[in-house]
Amino acid sequence: MTQGIRVLMGGEVRTVPVADPCETVLEWLRRTGRVGTKEGCAEGDCGACTVVLGEERDGRLRYRAVNACIQFLPTLDGRQLITVEDLKGPDGALHPVQQAMVDAHGSQCGFCTPGIVMSLFALRHEAPGADRETAMDALAGNLCRCTGYRPILDAAAAMGTAPDAFDAREGATLALLRSIRRDGALAVETEEGRFHAPRTVDELAAVLVANPDATILAGGTDVGLWVTKQHRRLDPVVFVGEVAGLATIVEGPDAIDVGAGASWTDVMPVLARHWPSLGELLRRFASVQIRNTGTLGGNVANGSPIGDGMPALIALGATLVFNRGGERREIAIEDHYLAYRRTTLRSGEFLERVRIPLPRPDQTFVTYKVSKRFDQDISAVCAAFRLTRGPDGTVTDFRAGYGGMAAIPFRARGVEAAVVGRPWGLDAVTAAMAAAQAEMSPIDDMRASAAYRRMVARNLLLRFHHETRGHVARVASHG
Amino acid sequence: MADGGGIRRDRGPLKGGVGASVPHDSAAKHVAGEAIYIDDIPELPGTLHVAPHLSVHAHARILSVDVSAARAAPGVRAVITAGDVPGDIDIGPVFPGDPVLADGLVQFHGQPIAAVAADTLKQARAAAALVRVEYEPLPAVLTAEEALEKRFFVSPSLTMRRGGPEAALAAAPHRMAGTMVMGGQDHFYLEGMIAYAQPREDGDLLVFSSTQHPSEVQHLIARCLGLADHAVTVEVRRMGGGFGGKETQPAQIACIASILAARTRRPVKFRLDRDDDMIMTGKRHDFFVRYDVGHDADGRILALDMDLAGRCGFSPDLSNAIVDRAMFHADNGYFLPHAEVRGHRCKTHTVSNTAFRGFGGPQGMVAIEHVVDRIARSLGRDPLDVRKANLYGRDGVRDVTHYGMSVEDNVLPEMLDELERSSDYRARRRAIDAFNRESPVLKRGIALTPVKFGISFTATHLNQAGALVLVYQDGTVQLNHGGTEMGQGVYVKVAQVVAETFQIDLDRIRITATNTGKVPNTSPTAASAGTDLNGMAARDGAIQIRNRLTHFLAERFGTAPDAVAFKDNKVRVGDHVMAFEDVTRMAYMARISLSATGFYRTPKIWWDRSAAHGRPFYYFAYGAAATEAEIDTLTGESRFLRADVLHDVGHSINPAIDIGQIEGGFVQGIGWLTMEELWWDAAGRLRTHAPSTYKIPTARDVPADLRVSLFANANREDTIHRSKAVGEPPLMLGISAWLALRDAVAAVGEHRLVPDLDAPATPERVLMACEALRARMAG
Repeated sequence: MTQGIRVLMGGEVRTVPVADPCETVLEWLRRTGRVGTKEGCAEGDCGACTVVLGEERDGRLRYRAVNACIQFLPTLDGRQLITVEDLKGPDGALHPVQQAMVDAHGSQCGFCTPGIVMSLFALRHEAPGADRETAMDALAGNLCRCTGYRPILDAAAAMGTAPDAFDAREGATLALLRSIRRDGALAVETEEGRFHAPRTVDELAAVLVANPDATILAGGTDVGLWVTKQHRRLDPVVFVGEVAGLATIVEGPDAIDVGAGASWTDVMPVLARHWPSLGELLRRFASVQIRNTGTLGGNVANGSPIGDGMPALIALGATLVFNRGGERREIAIEDHYLAYRRTTLRSGEFLERVRIPLPRPDQTFVTYKVSKRFDQDISAVCAAFRLTRGPDGTVTDFRAGYGGMAAIPFRARGVEAAVVGRPWGLDAVTAAMAAAQAEMSPIDDMRASAAYRRMVARNLLLRFHHETRGHVARVASHG
Repeated sequence: MADGGGIRRDRGPLKGGVGASVPHDSAAKHVAGEAIYIDDIPELPGTLHVAPHLSVHAHARILSVDVSAARAAPGVRAVITAGDVPGDIDIGPVFPGDPVLADGLVQFHGQPIAAVAADTLKQARAAAALVRVEYEPLPAVLTAEEALEKRFFVSPSLTMRRGGPEAALAAAPHRMAGTMVMGGQDHFYLEGMIAYAQPREDGDLLVFSSTQHPSEVQHLIARCLGLADHAVTVEVRRMGGGFGGKETQPAQIACIASILAARTRRPVKFRLDRDDDMIMTGKRHDFFVRYDVGHDADGRILALDMDLAGRCGFSPDLSNAIVDRAMFHADNGYFLPHAEVRGHRCKTHTVSNTAFRGFGGPQGMVAIEHVVDRIARSLGRDPLDVRKANLYGRDGVRDVTHYGMSVEDNVLPEMLDELERSSDYRARRRAIDAFNRESPVLKRGIALTPVKFGISFTATHLNQAGALVLVYQDGTVQLNHGGTEMGQGVYVKVAQVVAETFQIDLDRIRITATNTGKVPNTSPTAASAGTDLNGMAARDGAIQIRNRLTHFLAERFGTAPDAVAFKDNKVRVGDHVMAFEDVTRMAYMARISLSATGFYRTPKIWWDRSAAHGRPFYYFAYGAAATEAEIDTLTGESRFLRADVLHDVGHSINPAIDIGQIEGGFVQGIGWLTMEELWWDAAGRLRTHAPSTYKIPTARDVPADLRVSLFANANREDTIHRSKAVGEPPLMLGISAWLALRDAVAAVGEHRLVPDLDAPATPERVLMACEALRARMAG
């Protein structure tokens, strides 16, 4: 049992005492006088709190921008933490990212600026020479209310690629990170609560059987808000981010097997390779900071009606593998959701893996997201379709998943039935649209009216039809 | 500015004078996380933190408030309700109506009823949840339209009138009437509301407040504590954004912190988290508009009758002036030969709406642009041609507004012609038509719209400013004035004015925090007037000192004063050339005063509100934008492909800063009219109170191809270096984006039908407008 964690900061290993396992990194930074990092929303949406985590991946140092406002302090254990205060050189010279922002007039009120600087710092390391499109993606989770972003994008283009002081220290940093790597589980117990970070799937299974009321913490992109917004007390917390076996992605001959703890950042390129449309959806539905911590497993297990991963997984026929004390069960994803935030998850059980059947040449898959804002917004409607056609063009199978519409993500069986067995064409699609109209009674809220949701749910079938005919039928994101 | 600015003696030509695109004075600190915002000030020992308890009804009588459990909670040092306010409970900035804490009655969902101060923020929040309130719910009015019907107002309606619109409407060859609504807007400054009150000796308070109006915060704290103004000092070095949201609204936060500080005799910090900030503080007014317009066959307006009904919320706040400004801008750049414009201040049981960049002007402009767009479409003409036909004239021809002011400096005809050419409007219009003919799902549209925005506070007395200029013996300067820095660059622009006046490099001027103890009785930094007013005041102070130095040197060297010249960090007296700092040392030894207060009041302006007549504005700032949009007619999603902006800032004091204002304002205007949607439920609860539900533009929402130019045009009025105000006007360039969406929707009806598209033009509104046109085409 330890009360402290080890974090690499400013080239030194620091032992940080943990008073409250659910204290956020942002609260801790500001409480201890590092006030350069700001709170703008405390929910991971504005990016003012962006900091960068350094960690070893495949023998080299990787930098991940994350939202400090929803990241719990003990999750820093064994990692490098870089904040805006760390970027200037010892002689006071600005880092190239900082200098580019000054030169481009990229700050006005300056409150979002530390977060933007840190997002650009991570971008400069992870994608040197990134184009404008990639820069916009890297900044999708950083709101600026003053500049209109043009000068910030200019700064991103001008920040250069020459190695910086962090590159020069990479070897030393890796050595220090290895020196604080923890072999066994991390367990913290304080008056405020307990925090477990097991290292293996079996350890995780045992901890959860012993603590069936535990809150499972993966990326914390939702659980973090339970603390910062709902002021809930979580005890104990079981962090799955250090369970090596839970983050693996295995590409088999028939299916991809994704560990529930794999981050979106790691999952995205693999899924995008097989289903480009899914890659685009994942890019849009969360910022880089959220993708860097959020997990596919968390999205699925949480069962939020607005999770954008589920419609696609439903349409792709994915299955879920759960583990309770080493005993496993597998279930079709659409059968997992029972009612609003109610699922088949049993006490002491956790989601271990998600199995996604690989695409076949006779299949066409798309997923669409419609929201008020293009990037990083919650869907009014999220839809995914997988069309399987026989050699004569007859629809042999059709799967339709929808999210954002109701209390749970669901499979639209009426829509599916309307097209199966018919030639893929306007008649079949018109029938599917009528079925959608009849089958769906969507919610009405601040994101959209029920009437709009129903209309879009229907029209997306028509969009799909247009696109299978090779027509351009949606506004493009631009670079 | 760099340290040691006074020590270097090898200075050459002036650096950082007027016209130089120097970076924001805090840029290097912003990027390093070294710029100090109020929450970053090291906390004094014993500092308490505050959490409010908010109403859960839109309108209800408070039967009882029980704070006993909150008071007994761990770490709690004080809990206050309305009865604990020692002085005046009403902190209405102009008119009464804003209780610092709800007093017997709640008038919006989220109104603060109690405030808890505790050792930690977590303890304060936990305790605030323990306050028990008994309510007797009352019926609530939630929309402007409903309030208008019931004649339920926070202050009386006003009418502006020119000519005889009734007869002109009756005689007009074409006439149409209609209504429209446009939504409000949350400021979404990245730094939420905050105040940090520190007790000093004699019961005095030093209060750090994130405010655009430190003097008002000072006065209201004094009033609610029963203190004299001199007992309260308010300071703000910078805000993390303001946009008008921090003009009146910070007072409540600062007053609550101050009451708790006075009560506990401990430092008290009150910082709103994002949700409370969005729930508790006012926003841009949404408007309901009703109009009746007569026009000729060319689309020229002959007569207009218009009602502008703004949703003010539960109290007057600044709504009188805001609705007035909507009325002043119901012409935008167009001549209204016969007009009656009536402005209504609708009272609703929602948060009290307040200033937001444009201050009602954008709403008036959206209303008239809607009318002009509709006229053009009903005639089947290009809206740009109808806009041009309606522009004001000059020199006595079609140049008087509906409130009796002559438009003396109208440059819109030239600007629209220039932008039409530079944006290639006509060729692109043809290309868009060709695209639309071939594209069944995606449709494109374009709109080129003007902006004419009146510059001055319409409350004439606010058009004054003071400054304090301190010159030290080493030739460095401390500069202070009433302007507050919220990112817009007023500090650096005013410093450039002083650098220019003394002819010394900008790095010799230290900009200091706005503080009511240095310059008293200041006006808010608002109405785009920060640089206009404070630049003039600071220049006045600097000129006084420069004149003293001139006369001293003339006497010392036995020359005429006009033989003394300040240039490029040096002072020439006849054949003698001295460094500026040599002169300041000499002057000190000769007992010449090296400090001065500067002052300015705007000339020429007057406004007779009872007659709705006068010259409320010193001058107008102009702009124009051409924006191209693409919509998806199956989902209503949209993108902006290109925008060309031409904006008039007069002779720019700092082009880089001004372009920053133009682009930032434009994008904020696009946000207001497209994706930013405030949504209240049937119970009057705001459901969009965080960035997860309220969406402001991200980097990707900016037009892919954005071309911004400054219009070459000196201000014809004698403003600071002939510049023009730039804070607000560019926001209204965003109207072109909304109208481009309307144009794209109209393509669904092959430009034969007039689309019905209110604001914000969210994907939902765009799709519904497309569906309505498709139904009409089919029927």
